[in-house]
Amino acid sequence: MQLIFLLEQVLNGLLVGAYYLLIALGLSLIFSLGGIVNLAHGGFYAVGAYLAVLLAPRIGFSGAFVASPILVALLGIVIERFFFRRFYRSDPILSLLLTFGLAMVIEQGLRMIFGAAPLPFAIPPEFRGQVLLGDFIYPRYRLGIFAIAIAAVAATWFIVYRTSFGRVVRAGVQNPDMVGALGIPLQPYMTAVAALGVGLAGLAGVLLAPISGVHPAMGAEILTAAFVVVVIGGLGSFWGVIFAAVLVGVVRGITIYFYPPAGEASIYLLMALVLLLRPRGLLGERIQKFE
Amino acid sequence: MSHSRHPTRRRLLQGAAGAATLAGIGMPAIVKAQSDAIRIGHLTPLTGFLGPLGEYAQMGVRLAAEEINAAGGVLGRRIELVMEDSVNPQTASAKAERLIERDKVAMIIGEISSASGLAIGQVANRLKTVFINTGCNSDALRGASCNPYMFHIEAANSMYVEAVGNYLLRENLVKGKKWYTLTADYAFGHDLARVARNFLQKNGGQLAGDDLVPTDATDFSPYLLKIRQARPDVVASNLAGNQITNFIKQYAEYGLPFPVAGFGFDTVVAWGAGKGNFSGIWPLVWHHLVDTPSSKKYVEAFQTKYGKLPDNQSWGDYHSLKIVAQSMNEVKSADPQKLAEHLRKGAKFDVGKAREAYFRAYDNQMIMEMYAIRAKAPDKMKDQWDIYEPLGSVPGPGEDMEILAPPKDGTCKMA
Repeated sequence: MQLIFLLEQVLNGLLVGAYYLLIALGLSLIFSLGGIVNLAHGGFYAVGAYLAVLLAPRIGFSGAFVASPILVALLGIVIERFFFRRFYRSDPILSLLLTFGLAMVIEQGLRMIFGAAPLPFAIPPEFRGQVLLGDFIYPRYRLGIFAIAIAAVAATWFIVYRTSFGRVVRAGVQNPDMVGALGIPLQPYMTAVAALGVGLAGLAGVLLAPISGVHPAMGAEILTAAFVVVVIGGLGSFWGVIFAAVLVGVVRGITIYFYPPAGEASIYLLMALVLLLRPRGLLGERIQKFE
Repeated sequence: MSHSRHPTRRRLLQGAAGAATLAGIGMPAIVKAQSDAIRIGHLTPLTGFLGPLGEYAQMGVRLAAEEINAAGGVLGRRIELVMEDSVNPQTASAKAERLIERDKVAMIIGEISSASGLAIGQVANRLKTVFINTGCNSDALRGASCNPYMFHIEAANSMYVEAVGNYLLRENLVKGKKWYTLTADYAFGHDLARVARNFLQKNGGQLAGDDLVPTDATDFSPYLLKIRQARPDVVASNLAGNQITNFIKQYAEYGLPFPVAGFGFDTVVAWGAGKGNFSGIWPLVWHHLVDTPSSKKYVEAFQTKYGKLPDNQSWGDYHSLKIVAQSMNEVKSADPQKLAEHLRKGAKFDVGKAREAYFRAYDNQMIMEMYAIRAKAPDKMKDQWDIYEPLGSVPGPGEDMEILAPPKDGTCKMA
């Protein structure tokens, strides 16, 4: 009986992994190509959630689900054009400061416009309900998030590994100078990747708004966990992030099963352990420009 | 690239200036400087998981200052608020000291986190300045950590548990029932869990499980699965701030059939949960449906000024300043020593409840009526604010109000 309960936590950890993955994936993309550690990523996630709350009453939840990530991606293009672009080649500490400031501006901006109190938002009635599989329970909405996360990962994988666009992006990660020498301007690719990465954060915001509090600090809350996932997976590794997200979800679930107070601490312990044993992360690759 | 460098850098600088202006919001906000004004310090968390409550606290105290000044101020002097974000216990302690020593405030109102409240209380005691706690529930602040300068308009955990417990007993949810509790993993939660356990033990309830939840947890699914496995008769929340919003939303998401109750609660976090998510029986120190003339007047004034309903947190900060103004007028002095003495002597105050309230000298706890509410069915809600119906107030009309208060067990020793 005990073992079944434990198994239930492990399977639930997969769903929670999808939740972390949606945020970590964009973070990893922007870091891989531009070398920018985007501390404002949580801010874009929060903007996505707030847009969902604003748009849903007008164009429905499905409409908001499409529109909100696109709007956040457009915001990403603007931010890339005026801010990120200046820091691709500079000391990472500068972009760290920039995005840290940006995160604070976004959080405080949301607080000034909407107030600090959480905005009411619920799962639309048509997506409510649970699926019972034997003794296990899965909310339909969470299964939906899981499916969308898989679709988002598949689409990102296809773009990065199966298109000519992706080939340039991957070459740019390894050796931007060589890409330039071949006469390919990397700039539009950088913009597109920033839009994609930030748009994924917006997507996560829309999807999680119905099941977690929509308040200004929601981005800061989730960002650290997303970073842990990226670091455990290995910087620049596509599959590493996916593997790490699932691992974090499962480890957290098992920890809460046995010793609930350490639920959040467990993921940091996991990170510390991975860094000690394998400093570049589980599936991290050597990237020339970061050596 | 170089030709566009100059204008973009200027734009960047403008952005930085904008950011600096925004950051300035974190600086102390002094509402109307005036040299002969009586300065009142207001210190409460504006960020973090209690931030949503802090915002309402500020709205409450601002409204009170405005009303007092419109009516001619205190002893002919204006009230001037010095408001700050208390952030965490270390910062709260440092800021309390700065408010008293540098800004020369006459007294301090505020705080929500019991851990920070303890820190501010210690500073208040050391510097002999009155601190009225408007949001920290820990019994420990009224027990081993009590001091003659720290007053509590916020009800103690014991009072919340007794208030909601009264209705849970009536609903037959305690005796012989299996309970599962989720507890916020910090000072407040630990203290509340202890009081709740005592209540269950005293009334024949069993605790099937109690999980500590870190304050930064956003996903409750592993906890909900454990609750489902334990099959309790009642699930109770000892959570705080944004935790309650996440819990309410995800409990509804998992559709667990067990009735919900809470031993601590704030209206703001339930308003933020969204349609069809809120359920259960919860205690409150005050709510906007309390049917007394002064309560209605407060609700109306708050709605006129802010365009939304007041919550329980704003009630505490609003009435604290009103109490201070009334007391200073009565003793004809802004001296902290005289203020403390007056409050401890059992002066009566109208805090919007059917009976007048007073601070008892034993632990400086405000003795007053408490309330419980029940979540409304989604189809009966008129709007997003209309999420609960009042269950009534305790103690009953004939009963002594002190029966709710923490037991006088001798742990509080006023130096």
